[in-house]
Amino acid sequence: MYEFPLLTLVIWLPIIGGIAVLASGDRGSDISKWIALAFAILTFAISLGLWTGFDAGSGQMQFVERAAWIPTFNVEYYLGVDGISMPLIILTTFITIFVIIAGWDVITYKPSHYMAAFLIMEGVMVGVFSALDAILFYVFWEAMLIPMFIIIGVWGGPNRVYATIKFFLYTFFGSVFMLVALIYMYFQADSFSILDFHDLELGMTAQILIFVAFLLAFAVKVPMFPVHTWLPDAHVEAPTGGSVILAAIMLKIGGYGFLRFSMPITPDASASLDWMIIALSLIAVVYIGFVALVQQDMKKLIAYSSIAHMGFVTLGFFIVFTIIRNPEVAGGAVMGIEGGMVQMISHGFISGALFLCVGVLYDRVHSREIADYGGVINTMPWFGAFVVFFAMANAGLPGTSGFVGEFMVILATFRADFWWAFLAATTLILAAAFTLWMVKRVIFGEVKNEKVAGLQDLNGRETLNLGVLAVAVLALGIWPAPLMEVMHASVENLVAHVGECKLPASEAADCVLAVPASVAGLTEQP
Amino acid sequence: MPFDAANLFPILPEIAILVTASVVLVLDLYLKEKDKDINHTLTLIGLLVAIGLTGAVGGGEARIVFDGNVVRDGLTDLLRGAILVVSLLAFVYARPWLKDRGLFVGEFYVLGLFAILGMLIMVSSNSFLTIYLGLELQALSLYALVAFDRDSKKGAEAAMKYFVLGALGSGMLLYGVSMIYGATGSIEFGPVAQAVAEQGMDNKVLVFGVVFLVIGVGFKFGAVPFHMWVPDIYEGAPTPAVLLLGSAPKIAAFALAIRMLVDGLEAIQPDWQGMLLILAVLSMGLGNLVAIAQTNIKRMLAYSTISHVGFIFLGLLAGSAQGYASAMFYAIVYAVMSTGAFGILLILSRKGFDAENLDDLKGLNDRDSWYAAMMALVMFSMAGVPPTVGFMAKLLVLESVVRIDLVWLALVAVAFSIIGAFYYLRVVKVIYFDKPDPDMPVLTTSGGVRFAMSLNGLSLLALGLFPATLLSWCQSVFV
Repeated sequence: MYEFPLLTLVIWLPIIGGIAVLASGDRGSDISKWIALAFAILTFAISLGLWTGFDAGSGQMQFVERAAWIPTFNVEYYLGVDGISMPLIILTTFITIFVIIAGWDVITYKPSHYMAAFLIMEGVMVGVFSALDAILFYVFWEAMLIPMFIIIGVWGGPNRVYATIKFFLYTFFGSVFMLVALIYMYFQADSFSILDFHDLELGMTAQILIFVAFLLAFAVKVPMFPVHTWLPDAHVEAPTGGSVILAAIMLKIGGYGFLRFSMPITPDASASLDWMIIALSLIAVVYIGFVALVQQDMKKLIAYSSIAHMGFVTLGFFIVFTIIRNPEVAGGAVMGIEGGMVQMISHGFISGALFLCVGVLYDRVHSREIADYGGVINTMPWFGAFVVFFAMANAGLPGTSGFVGEFMVILATFRADFWWAFLAATTLILAAAFTLWMVKRVIFGEVKNEKVAGLQDLNGRETLNLGVLAVAVLALGIWPAPLMEVMHASVENLVAHVGECKLPASEAADCVLAVPASVAGLTEQP
Repeated sequence: MPFDAANLFPILPEIAILVTASVVLVLDLYLKEKDKDINHTLTLIGLLVAIGLTGAVGGGEARIVFDGNVVRDGLTDLLRGAILVVSLLAFVYARPWLKDRGLFVGEFYVLGLFAILGMLIMVSSNSFLTIYLGLELQALSLYALVAFDRDSKKGAEAAMKYFVLGALGSGMLLYGVSMIYGATGSIEFGPVAQAVAEQGMDNKVLVFGVVFLVIGVGFKFGAVPFHMWVPDIYEGAPTPAVLLLGSAPKIAAFALAIRMLVDGLEAIQPDWQGMLLILAVLSMGLGNLVAIAQTNIKRMLAYSTISHVGFIFLGLLAGSAQGYASAMFYAIVYAVMSTGAFGILLILSRKGFDAENLDDLKGLNDRDSWYAAMMALVMFSMAGVPPTVGFMAKLLVLESVVRIDLVWLALVAVAFSIIGAFYYLRVVKVIYFDKPDPDMPVLTTSGGVRFAMSLNGLSLLALGLFPATLLSWCQSVFV
């Protein structure tokens, strides 16, 4: 049956748009910006087709496209989305619009290149989420680095070169080992299809090594403690748009990697090493929460808060194994993963919005230091209202999207272990502390200096940006059901899959996970 | 054996290059200073004709002619094409540089063409003797090219080093060949392969012969520990000469390795595999580590060459058709990348100024963002970042070593490629993030150069997105 290649369109349309924007050049007019905006909106509109055409009842891959790419190595141009990747694609196309708008008047050095970089970035990120061939995935995954490297390096702050090279090398370091793991699995499965990898039988040693290779790649991207140090640097130096994309989408790609690769391909290794991920996640939540508390730089503070929130995501994912092992509490597993997913989407909106807020102040005062502000609400009442709203969302106030994900993850963690849940729940206090304290120092109080006294409130462009994001945060917080519906079948599929032992029959005795019926039958024979 | 004109058919590309070289050599004597462009045009026409002839005589069954000394097979066709195309680009880039310095003379073209002829003979040789003759023709022409700028002391020094070390390498190679001849009684690859398969490694003379051959190959490739000449030559030689000797000769060196080690000595592959493995690891390690410390970009690219040679060896040592094909893919891709990199250096040079330090690339994006993008593509490709073809090349060689269960070697290779990424990134950093010096003149280049560079840079992207065709060509050679 012929199907319209929707995913291909969503990947390549912005890339073509990027080239068009480059070609239009900077001739003094805003033409390149309008072209960029048109492509961003068009891409978003088309990507909505993924949502409307999605069959939420099925956990299978949809909108599948499959064509030979490098036939001699079985590498395919193989695309498809399920309930896990589809919302992330919509998030990507959605956020890109705001990035384009946010850079409208602010970027003066080669604005067409700036817009083009973000459009190309958008296409590549959608590619990451929709690739079902490991090499295709890897190509998109690494290709993402190039535009981001340029964005931070060209339009970033004073220390941008250090930050961007650190960003590139950290990520590159993580991912090349994943490449070797992918090639290794190719020889086991005789295919690069990720879905074939899911069904691949692997011994424990191989699983552990592959798990570690994936962990290096994804932990750097998420980023998890202790490989998180590139993120505050990159965030601080990146231009506003770069920070937004980094926090809202690129970090999610790490979380997505755990769901698409680590857990289903190496479930036994994940189950036996889940304590490590949980420990690192809790360290991220608690320790990084404290680190955020003492930051003087607003962007750095939000960056650390991102790390803490992403700790929640990985906690939600890997708590699943404890729940699966304990048959009495079955049912919490799906909630853990869904909580992590909701947290990812919600954090995409909230952190994106917070970085836009910092951008608004930075464009006016050219400082990100908390100490340079105070009493902003007196001169920028609308802006103050938005910041307070997003700060509340960041702290997980019920009614905002920040609450839903955190609550689900904590609930799932409770079923696994009370003390883990206790530690995780400290975030409710810590996040409130570091976010609201920052708000108090920046927004409230007396007008601190002349610069603050001379501030102009939001212009139409900024109001539009923040307003739409605020609606999204609120909508997801009050009525998250549609999002949960589209991912539910896929997540159940995933949980069922990671709950099955994948060790070969000879090692079946080591299975901590349920032995699938087919294998169990084999081992019982004498 | 009577002369058979049909024997000439498979070597028509070589004949075309020889004719062009001879015509340029003679014609140059009668050309006035202002007419020297004719040399250039003739050379390009000669190369284009040779490319056409390569296509015309290529394909089909392998043919062995001239009493078993020359062969035309799939390997010949593909490598001939690659050498000619890369050299064509090199001549286009070199022209403005030569003109600016009053070096726009026929000798450059004659020597260049003879070097290309030597490479073509190497890829189409079927005996140790032919391959040695081709190698020497190439090497002697390149020695002279390095010393081509007579007033440059650095150039003369580099040429001297190149000559002495090159002669040493050739001597080793020849010594190895003589021992293999002693052990097997033949210098043709076919009979040698047969004799080696019967004797195995029991024959000590053969063992010595192989060791010397590998050393010779190592010298010609510039693999560690036979790499010492590479950085000095790259730094000292005039950039157009580096362009000619740093790109296509790598393809010819690949042919050298394949013809001798695979066509002649495949029966004892496990023995030379170990030797290549050591050379590969050392080359990747030393090349990448030392490149970091370089501020002279020509020197940096020299060390980067060394590390790329390590990757090419990874494919060779795998000892499978897949591995040879991936090494071939890598060698061709490397030649294209290196042509692009040195091409940019030539574009940045002008009268009285040679771009050779990292700082000379400063703010290229502000001066000409198209060339900046091309250079960035070359650098990302050398670092092996997708979607450029450098990634595909690395992927393929890694695949071939994982295939023979050397996963640790693949891990070592990727670890070194992370280190490598750093210095390539530094070039991108200088191009994009630094501001140009205010007194930098505007870049002016002819349309031809711009077209060639665009072709060169975009081909890296196109081959990265659609590697299947070139790859299947490479694989069809080794079936």
